[in-house]
Amino acid sequence: MYDHGQQRHLLQGNEAIVQGALTAGCRFFAGYPITPASEIAEQLSNELPAVDGTFIQMEDEIASMGAIIGASLSGVKSMTATSGPGFSLMQENLGFACVAEVPCVIVNVMRGGPSTGLPTSPAQGDVQMARWGTHGDHPIVVLAVSTVMDSFTITIKAFNIAEKYRIPVILLSDEVVAHTRECVELPDKSEVKVIDRIRPSVPPDWYKPYEGDARGVSPMASFGDGYRHHVTGLIHDVMGFPTQQPREVEDFHLRMAKKISRGFPDIQMTKGFYLDDADFFIVAYGAVARSALRAVQDAREAGFKAGLLQLITLFPFPRRAVTPLLQQCRSVLIPEMNMGQISREVQRVNQGACNVVKYNRVDGKFITPREIYDQLIKL
Amino acid sequence: MPIPAQALRHKYLRHNKKFPHVWCPGCGNGIVMGALLRAIYRLDIDQDDIVLASGIGCSGRMPTYLDFNTLHTTHGRALTFATGVKLARPELNVVAIMGDGDATAIGGNHFIHAARRNLNLTAIIINNSIYGMTGGQYSPTTPFGSKSTTSVYGHIEHAFSIAELAVTAGASFVARATVYHADLVDRLIEQAIKKRGFAVVEVISNCHVQYGRRNKLGGAVDMLKSFKEQAVTVSRAEKMKPEELEGKTTIGVLADRDLPISTEEYKKVRSQARATKERV
Repeated sequence: MYDHGQQRHLLQGNEAIVQGALTAGCRFFAGYPITPASEIAEQLSNELPAVDGTFIQMEDEIASMGAIIGASLSGVKSMTATSGPGFSLMQENLGFACVAEVPCVIVNVMRGGPSTGLPTSPAQGDVQMARWGTHGDHPIVVLAVSTVMDSFTITIKAFNIAEKYRIPVILLSDEVVAHTRECVELPDKSEVKVIDRIRPSVPPDWYKPYEGDARGVSPMASFGDGYRHHVTGLIHDVMGFPTQQPREVEDFHLRMAKKISRGFPDIQMTKGFYLDDADFFIVAYGAVARSALRAVQDAREAGFKAGLLQLITLFPFPRRAVTPLLQQCRSVLIPEMNMGQISREVQRVNQGACNVVKYNRVDGKFITPREIYDQLIKL
Repeated sequence: MPIPAQALRHKYLRHNKKFPHVWCPGCGNGIVMGALLRAIYRLDIDQDDIVLASGIGCSGRMPTYLDFNTLHTTHGRALTFATGVKLARPELNVVAIMGDGDATAIGGNHFIHAARRNLNLTAIIINNSIYGMTGGQYSPTTPFGSKSTTSVYGHIEHAFSIAELAVTAGASFVARATVYHADLVDRLIEQAIKKRGFAVVEVISNCHVQYGRRNKLGGAVDMLKSFKEQAVTVSRAEKMKPEELEGKTTIGVLADRDLPISTEEYKKVRSQARATKERV
């Protein structure tokens, strides 16, 4: 791990994710090689053993996801990192992490898809998959990074949200952010807020691993701590035992939904630029948000009242930040490196209030500030 | 010394809301569960120090009934979860319980890699030659020519021999028994848990409901009797010709070797990594 505080480091996005994970207390990584995410595994294989952590390269991404769940259930903060094809394989056990409420972080460094797709050109094609990829109705938190510094800070936030709410958190990076090198100043560890899961304080006989407190989150015991309990991918009652009682099944689903929607204000993360007096604005995320910011600055210089809302949280969709702007502005531009995966979310909350314009690029090339500027001034 | 069954029941079964179990009358799973409990009882391992992981299928339900740290994972993935648990808490005794389809079809890749990796884990595979829970489809251990709901004209593929597969894949300890040989299952599971390294116990079991019935093998008792007739101990099998072993099941310890254990090796990696970082 790098020495933090005062010192400046030249890091690529993937390296910053590693530093963020270590700072957040991640001590277990299981993964499988895939471009453009491999640097995360390589660095952690080097760093984790030095801090009494564990790295393992598994036989595939299904196994990687299983291993991080097992480690997290044993009380160790865990993470995996992959790209599109591997993310597909992780969906099965990702659902297990949702149902069994196992905190963990899954990094997906997006590349062009579908299938083997375009290795390794930038894309943002996995956004809706991150939301709905695993089967069954489930709430989930999906975050997106746009800079190297983001890759550090948002990784820490991802772990904090995972631990606070006992949920898997998906962190979307993309090929541009992953491999861009930037100079960053990492904060001193004392300045970083790290959240750890709440552990049970009641005697083992009283422990109900899936009862939920007022927030809907239960304290989490680790295997081996004396709180013997059952963990299953079946829908379960408050004790963790399988149930098909309609009442208990419904309670389970409602609590899952509640714990994420109750936490909405602190899960919802966006950054606003030049929005106060904006007549039209851009919604962007990931590396595209950087081009968008430059385009907005150029538009401001040219006298246009443009603004940018950068989404850090993609799901639950941050409608509280988006909706007022849709009321305030006459047009919104949504540039994406896909056919329009977040624009459909904007349209969903818009309900006709604002003119929604998409700008999509799916040729494996990055969207430049100039392209966005040209679109912006047409609004 | 015989262990009083009542002591096992009171000590290890979960009484809150978990019974009756899902297994059919006469199912071999109960024999394996009893053997596992007797082995744990004899080894006197604290219940808090045992993690029992399973996959999906009839065998997958076993942890639900038992008062340990229990983990009922996804189909075929028990060993991947168990790997994470063991690496995070090497001091815990981690036992994975799987079925034949679970361990060698959907989980086949995890199985051979777990054997190769040689973590200090115990894998118990209940092999009943069929997918019982889903209604009797052929599995990787369904014998050639057998009938199942997906091979009504007779099965045209060849069966895996699970224990031999584990030996080849590099497991430290490999043993096989049948549910007829309940005492042997006890002893082999005990040895497997004690073994330092990846230990596999394959237990040939009866699914008279989904497999026996379609192949005219009779009920549970008939199938158990046929296991008795087919079984040949490892020492006897060594003296037999290949043609004499046709249709026989070798029981006993097939491999027992001491290999470097990956959690122990990883401790060395940690000290090397620390030393390297200190130098920098």
